[in-house]
Amino acid sequence: MANFEDLYREIILDHYRSPRNRGELTTPPAVLVEGFNPLCGDEIALYLDVDDGALVNIKMMGHGCSISQASASLMGAAVKGRPIATVRDTIETFKQLMTEHEATIEHDGRPAQVDLRALGELAALQGVVKFPVRIKCAMLAWNTLTQGLDQVAA
Amino acid sequence: MSAFNARAVRADVPQLQRVINGHPLTYLDTAASSLQPRAVIEAMSRYYELRHANVHRAVYQTAEEATAAYEGARDAVARFIHAPGGSGEVVFTKNATESFNLLAKSWGSAHLGSTDVVLVTEMEHHANIVPWFQLREQTGVEVRFIPVTDDYRLDLTNLDELMVGVKLVSVTGMSNVLGTINPVRELARVAHAHGALIAVDGAQSVAHSPTDVEELDVDFMLFTGHKMLGPTGIGVFWTHEAILAAMPPFLGGGGMIADVRTDGYVAADGPTRFEAGTPPIAEAVGLHAAIRYLEGLGVANIVDHEHGLTGDALTRLALEFEGRVRVIGPKDTEDRGGVISLDVEGVHPHDVAQVLDQFGVCVRPGHHCAKPLMRRFGLAATVRASYGPYSLARDTDVLIEALGHALKMFG
Repeated sequence: MANFEDLYREIILDHYRSPRNRGELTTPPAVLVEGFNPLCGDEIALYLDVDDGALVNIKMMGHGCSISQASASLMGAAVKGRPIATVRDTIETFKQLMTEHEATIEHDGRPAQVDLRALGELAALQGVVKFPVRIKCAMLAWNTLTQGLDQVAA
Repeated sequence: MSAFNARAVRADVPQLQRVINGHPLTYLDTAASSLQPRAVIEAMSRYYELRHANVHRAVYQTAEEATAAYEGARDAVARFIHAPGGSGEVVFTKNATESFNLLAKSWGSAHLGSTDVVLVTEMEHHANIVPWFQLREQTGVEVRFIPVTDDYRLDLTNLDELMVGVKLVSVTGMSNVLGTINPVRELARVAHAHGALIAVDGAQSVAHSPTDVEELDVDFMLFTGHKMLGPTGIGVFWTHEAILAAMPPFLGGGGMIADVRTDGYVAADGPTRFEAGTPPIAEAVGLHAAIRYLEGLGVANIVDHEHGLTGDALTRLALEFEGRVRVIGPKDTEDRGGVISLDVEGVHPHDVAQVLDQFGVCVRPGHHCAKPLMRRFGLAATVRASYGPYSLARDTDVLIEALGHALKMFG
């Protein structure tokens, strides 16, 4: 059951039951970007308020499985108020965590090449990597955020 | 009284002896793919060990044996579905989806133009929807849907109106999401009264409901081997000899020709006209073994057994969860097969299935390749449990225990 408990850590269930930064922002000035996972019907809508090179505010709507929703909620908490460059770094680090090959995960379950301390609470999602079909659930919000930041930059 | 014994069937299936996450395997995903009894696996092994050669080509002994084995499977299929014209009406394909593509791209492109209609239903699998949309792009045929009622049945109140312009009714024998068994004989009568033909998706029904194409009075029967205890990689397309003879070839290549010259080709007659390339020989041998196994059990006995399990499960799910686990499908066992789709309150189907996996329970989360049906009921996905001849009431016990855990964990 170890893997299973790794997947559904209490912090993930908490963010699923009580999602942070739930809601909408007025567009404009905020930008709305939507992401879908057509295989399981997960949906997310991100409202991004970018000002002076920083992600001043983020709100989100949507529905889906616990992993997709908790990942979105944890992401919001991690990136809100940060400079865009830092946000992009966090996205990169998280993507690395999700693509970490099982062979590189050390005996204690920790990935060898990702700086977990830099991820803070997001590290709770590391158990997902052992369940390959759920990685796309965890990635949905992050891919949508990347898309949104690219839109703002364009 | 018959000697049907689900425990004996279970003992015949090697995969059911596995232990998953410390639990015996509880396989409730037969609607996606059935498990194979040892007889099927061994028949395929023996074929590869002793008799493998390409069919319809050489004169040496093993090649003749391989051809006899392949054609023997065709005879067995014809017998199993009571094909009035025998094996000359049975085409082997890759799966039911390819059978539908053969129907749409060969028969459909020759017979369905811009003023014609193909009538399908809202509860069809994508295999019986997408090929028609593809044909629509090519010929302009209209694709029309019979709606589904709130009671998960076909809404046939306006059927005569819906039939205007219809040349083909294409309907599933049993919904792979709802478990609903459709009134195929009645639909065949209406179709024929309007001068239309009727095709039946037998993928779910063929091993779980007696299938007699003559008695049902249908024109096409399409199904797949791996949902009837057979192997993957082989499907069946059946139609009357006269209809088959008038169908243009589908895939081109070796095996399907009578002659090829530098200025063109002449297609072969009969089923081989539609079987380009080396066919699935070992799979045909496996399918033949599966049919023999099903005949040994008796499809009527399987129907009774699954009927009992389904009724018991519906009652217990309602009692145990008091509405927190909703059945998306008929609530009683009348005209209903052993496919039970569930909507678990507050828990996403992927999370339900993940928790169930911890108990060794195999169920399917998702849209089950029936997105129009999911939309009809405002759902993105369901968790589907489905029974087979090897299922036991114990499987339902584990399912209910695991569902209770999922509710506790996420509720």
